[in-house]
Amino acid sequence: MESVIDIRGLSLAFERDGHRTFVLDSLDLSIERGAFIAIVGASGVGKSTLLRVLIGLAKASAGEVTLSTHSGKRQPLALVFQDARLLPWRRVVDNVSFGLEGGGLSRAERRAKALDALGIVGLVDLADRWPHQLSGGQRQRVALARALAVEPEVLLMDEPFSALDAITREGLQDELVRIWRLTGKTILFVTHDIEEAIYLADRVVVLAGAPGRLAADHLIDTPRPRTRSADGSADVVASVRRHLGAEKLIDGAAI
Amino acid sequence: MTDLIASAAARATASDAASGAKLRAAGLAAAGLLVFLLVWEVVPRLGLFNPLMLPGPSAIPAAFWSELKSGAWGSAVGSSLGHYTIGLTLGALLGVVFGVATGMSRLAEQATAWIVRVLRPIPGLAWVPFAIIWFGVNRTAAVFIIAIGVFWIVFFAAHGAVRSVERDLIEVADAFGFRRWHERLLKILLPAALPGILVGLRTALGQAWMAVVAAEIFGVPGLGQRMMQASSLLATELVVVYMLTMAALYGLLDSAFVALQNWLLRWKA
Repeated sequence: MESVIDIRGLSLAFERDGHRTFVLDSLDLSIERGAFIAIVGASGVGKSTLLRVLIGLAKASAGEVTLSTHSGKRQPLALVFQDARLLPWRRVVDNVSFGLEGGGLSRAERRAKALDALGIVGLVDLADRWPHQLSGGQRQRVALARALAVEPEVLLMDEPFSALDAITREGLQDELVRIWRLTGKTILFVTHDIEEAIYLADRVVVLAGAPGRLAADHLIDTPRPRTRSADGSADVVASVRRHLGAEKLIDGAAI
Repeated sequence: MTDLIASAAARATASDAASGAKLRAAGLAAAGLLVFLLVWEVVPRLGLFNPLMLPGPSAIPAAFWSELKSGAWGSAVGSSLGHYTIGLTLGALLGVVFGVATGMSRLAEQATAWIVRVLRPIPGLAWVPFAIIWFGVNRTAAVFIIAIGVFWIVFFAAHGAVRSVERDLIEVADAFGFRRWHERLLKILLPAALPGILVGLRTALGQAWMAVVAAEIFGVPGLGQRMMQASSLLATELVVVYMLTMAALYGLLDSAFVALQNWLLRWKA
């Protein structure tokens, strides 16, 4: 299958007190077009850093990232942060149209596209609210709409549901799967929650160790719609657990 | 059902109590003012104070009316508001520009650090000699004095507000490809810094009003100058008229500004 992002030998190090601390170490990863890929790892393993490198918020120390995008868009990728990070001085609809500014669209066209994106996440009715009037789950859905509005080829999501309560989180997970099937976007979803990864993704990539390396790569072929029991993927869960829990024993090198 | 009625009754009593407390507070405030006016009126009448040195409040309306009819009041107010507005606008604009620039750029901040340290502690009124030497005793001098005072307040407010904009919000602009300085400025920094800048502006509003009166006491036409003329003629009731005028105008300006501020920041929780 054709890959939309190709990561080769990606390393990232911070200079701290005169010596270098590696966060990511020669990571290789291919992201197939249209796939839903979850990246799992303990905190501090560099999974968020990987997304930050891809979107351009952090600079890699070595290695290369090749994007094979079709559209020639200014923004082929869009990122949903862990916290919604809506701009509090903009109404919901103006938050969603944020990424469309400077793209040569008229105000009315931007608004129309933003309302479309709000329609996908089911929040058209709240278009003229201020962010502070929304619940946590609604805010995160607006953030998702803001990312969808720029019609990116790849949607990067950095633990987007981890700050929400369980019920809201499950609702948004189902909604995300529905949106993924509706739009056919490639999704790169970072999480520390194994069950979430297995429920959502086609493929679960495990990062482990310090610096983070690719520790495991599992295909999840459980047919959709899935149940949350993860019974069919017990072996995957066990394997991922082993990598996450015992990363020191296996020295982050087992694949 | 009875529960509903009972709770509605309880709510009604609670809101009655709240509005009752408000009414009582307003009543007390009015009574306090009345007592103040009464004492003020009685003291000169009892001969405890020379009425020429302290006119009673009953003498004020007539003095105000004749001053209004002669046109002197209107032209003094117009003149004061004129250089107040120009000085305030000039000082605020420059303060925002330099404050935002030094807030955005370390280079600009470092380059101006010592200039700021030298000029900042000079009180606005210490510029009066140069204002008179450079411009003479006229409106330009008043505008200059007012603008300097406003500049420093707004400069520090804008600088601090831009400096404390959350990094997280700037990252949102970066993530959506808005990385040029003017995109960051217009999309994130200015709106995020607006609450802090407005707080500075409100302080500057009061500071500028004091500078207006100070500049006019030196002879620039306006409320302060007219007040000084009245005082030299011992027309003390006119002095009081102008003191109250200053208080009223400032109160009006401040209320209008707060209304504008609330509207601009209507997005805040």
